[in-house]
Amino acid sequence: MAASPDDRKYSKEHEWVRVNGDTARIGITDYAQDQLGDVVYIDLPEAGATVGQFEKMGEIESVKAVSDLFSPVSGEVLRVNDTAVDKPELVNSDPHGDGWLLEVRLTSPAELDALMTAAAYDAFTAAQPA
Amino acid sequence: MPDSHAPTLRQTPLFDLHEREGARIVPFAGWAMPVQYAGIVEEHHAVRERAGMFDVSHMGRLFVVGADAAALLRRAVTYDVTSIAEGHGHYTLLCNEDGGIVDDPYVYRLDAHRFLVVGNASNAAHDAARIRSFLAPDDDAELLDRQDETVMLAVQGPASPGYLARVLGPEVATLEKRACTELPFMQYKLFASRTGYTGEDGFELVTSREAGRAIWRQLRAEGVAPCGLGARDTLRLEAALPLWGNDIDETTNPYEAGLGWVVSLDDGAAFAGRNALARIKAAGPDRKLACLRAGGRGVMRGGCAVLHDGAHVGQTTSGGHSPTLGVSVAMAYLPNDLAKPGTRLTVDVRGRALPVTVVRRPFVPHAEQRVAHAQQHETRS
Repeated sequence: MAASPDDRKYSKEHEWVRVNGDTARIGITDYAQDQLGDVVYIDLPEAGATVGQFEKMGEIESVKAVSDLFSPVSGEVLRVNDTAVDKPELVNSDPHGDGWLLEVRLTSPAELDALMTAAAYDAFTAAQPA
Repeated sequence: MPDSHAPTLRQTPLFDLHEREGARIVPFAGWAMPVQYAGIVEEHHAVRERAGMFDVSHMGRLFVVGADAAALLRRAVTYDVTSIAEGHGHYTLLCNEDGGIVDDPYVYRLDAHRFLVVGNASNAAHDAARIRSFLAPDDDAELLDRQDETVMLAVQGPASPGYLARVLGPEVATLEKRACTELPFMQYKLFASRTGYTGEDGFELVTSREAGRAIWRQLRAEGVAPCGLGARDTLRLEAALPLWGNDIDETTNPYEAGLGWVVSLDDGAAFAGRNALARIKAAGPDRKLACLRAGGRGVMRGGCAVLHDGAHVGQTTSGGHSPTLGVSVAMAYLPNDLAKPGTRLTVDVRGRALPVTVVRRPFVPHAEQRVAHAQQHETRS
């Protein structure tokens, strides 16, 4: 699997967060979408809701199974990627780009220190059982 | 990488080919089986639109041979196997004395005195022991378990006759629906039937390990998509074909499962479960296995509660996302009055109420039903 992009940070629950000023985009990693298989349904909080770091923020459902989504950071939801909600296959085809899930306003930027760099995340996934 | 599925799980003779293909391997009924190669949805569409192939070597393959083979099997299964013409197969059930379904094997009659019984992987050993238990002391009948020595492949989809004709010769494509034959292939004998578990036209093959590997590789080179258990499940669910252990088991009877057509009572044979089944048929089942189609987002799985006006009326036995329909579908046993097509219910999907409608079985018409439907339209116009 290709190296994860190093313009963002990663959680052990296989979400990424890319910071832009005081806002950030959240999505799931290429590793996560590969493990899930064909995504058919995404359930996300609405704009205005608050999410907490490492707390459940929604569900992602593939043909195979359902998984909880955990927010990698705390924040207020500014925008939901409706395109991905309507076309969940985007999460499979472009998880780090057009398949992003949420845009949030960061409430505790210091939390980013608890996340992994791309290199650390790739080492983490390489050690996962098949 | 830790090899978490190594020594205790059985591997089919094609296992290394699946690994080389990059298949994701999962434990299933004691076997290490491929669940997907390119992806479940892609494999699913390959079978509906062109052709896909499945390694189903985990299925039980029991040959029952001898002058009394038909009589022996008739004591064990619900369907009158003595009426199966040579070179044909039929779906059957093994029932217990209460009429509960112990397994749902397909029985093929190769000739007057030879049958092939194909049962579920999880039941293979149990089925053989059960059929053996009906042997009478002076029966001329022998049970030959050929699971270890052979490979079983399912090649399914509208383009499967062409692919198989190229690899096995043109004769295989002339088989009628549910017919079976034996052909020479390499130096081996090859069993071929026009059957499957997808709702599409297709074939099932049983042959030696060597011949099975050769056929798999040749079909792969021809462009047939390798498909895993994931697509096998979405395909059979759309076709509303029951899965033993989910939709049918020892606690369900054939009539409530919509499988009354597999129970022969008219020939008077004293098969296992006959008395209970005759009683159930006379009284009529009080629930039916219904097909549910979601009217919103969310994916039903097995084990979801089905609600009517807030009251619990049943539970889904299997469910999933239908790649063909683009919505979730499921099956559930429901009281007769709620099992009628058009009934609106809700299903509890992890705390969310998903609106569903009872629809006619199957969700996606089988290939032969689509042909019949098209012919009806031609006649009308």
